[in-house]
Amino acid sequence: MSKKTHITLKVNGKSEEFLAEPRELLIYTLRERLNITGPHIGCETSHCGACTVTVDGKSVKSCTMFAVQAEGAEITTIEGIGTPDSLHPLQEAFKEHHGLQCGYCTPGMITRAAKLLEENPAPSEEEIRFGMAGNICRCTGYQNIVKSIQAAAAEMNSSQSSSSEAVGHKTTEAAE
Amino acid sequence: MIPAAFEYYRPKDIEGVLAILEQHGDDARVMAGGHSLIPMMKLRMADVPHLIDLQDVGGLSGIEVTGDSIRLGALVTQAQIIDSAELTRAAPILREAALQIADPQVRYMGTIGGNVANGDPGNDMPGLMQCLDASFSLIGPDGAREVAARDFYEAAYMTDREDDEVLTAVTLPLPQGGYAYEKQKRKIGDYATAAAAVQITGQGGTCTSASIAMTNLSDTPIFSEDAGEALVGTTVDDAAIKAAMAAMLGDIDPTEDNRGPVAFKKHVAGVILRRAITRAWSRA
Repeated sequence: MSKKTHITLKVNGKSEEFLAEPRELLIYTLRERLNITGPHIGCETSHCGACTVTVDGKSVKSCTMFAVQAEGAEITTIEGIGTPDSLHPLQEAFKEHHGLQCGYCTPGMITRAAKLLEENPAPSEEEIRFGMAGNICRCTGYQNIVKSIQAAAAEMNSSQSSSSEAVGHKTTEAAE
Repeated sequence: MIPAAFEYYRPKDIEGVLAILEQHGDDARVMAGGHSLIPMMKLRMADVPHLIDLQDVGGLSGIEVTGDSIRLGALVTQAQIIDSAELTRAAPILREAALQIADPQVRYMGTIGGNVANGDPGNDMPGLMQCLDASFSLIGPDGAREVAARDFYEAAYMTDREDDEVLTAVTLPLPQGGYAYEKQKRKIGDYATAAAAVQITGQGGTCTSASIAMTNLSDTPIFSEDAGEALVGTTVDDAAIKAAMAAMLGDIDPTEDNRGPVAFKKHVAGVILRRAITRAWSRA
């Protein structure tokens, strides 16, 4: 056994600190060490995307990264995207538009989709399909996943513009 | 799947990397994004007792475009290649090829340096770099040297790089004329069944230069000088394209695997090269 390494991570806003062997893959750190079981192990060979998390602003397959590589990083999993009481617009849209059936791929799907919408807030269907190409779903045939992401984008853009109007209004008031 | 245990190093400079390589010889490997190496380690097909993570090493991350050349640090990711407007203006073929590599998650992590240094015949950048006549900067205990991409590949996973050397950058002359990177794959994320990189120039409807390289059709990328020559001086009509395809087929040496038998691969190679030439010429 190799020497354990001291690792610090910030996962969904919470600081975590532990000792781990360098060979510990990030997905095992999340699931077994930190009990964050939203990211799933699907293929474990970098193909399926069920283990997708966000590491310092990048969508990453956490089965293909050692925890030690992520030393000092900020990580977001599905648990950091919404809560049962306050679903993220993507979660609401997946529910509303049947973007999931068995649900196994969904945490990775939504985590990836959240990053995609951050980079491209109004993607075309083609851009969604291309941007989601690293996440495999064996149930839906993808049609409703695409619809869900489109619906979430529309919802986020409309609330964005109304909130920025509100902010603009406040600014005007403040200036007055 | 858990890899065998290893010691992990994260040096801050290239001197630190070279010192570890010198101490541990071929028991040590450098890693950039890790998306080729980690899967191999998980399958226990790569045994790496000493793993050197390059992510903190300074000076390996820049994209520099000058009047006549482009320099990419080894740690530049496929995603950064895709997102760089400056690079896309200077060498749009790089973005076109990078977009066809793997999937978004892999492109955030995968680097140009890892892609070209790994020596996997399935990687796309080696063939492209041969097409563009790039050179690779290597540094080792005896100092730095440059190797032409066209001289770098010896066999599958065997390159001119010594075990105690690190690939630090890729430099290429500013590409001229029309371009295309055409790739046939079975599914998103797959390696090529066949891929072709073409860069071509013309004047008054006649081809004045053409550079052609093929991916995953031999145990190394194949720069087909004869295929390029077959187009020069022609109007890139059907006869010239057929001559280029015939020349290319003489240079590749595909083997049967789960992407198909040899005859199929040769057929696909021809189709892909025809498409690449046609598209590149339409942009010349």
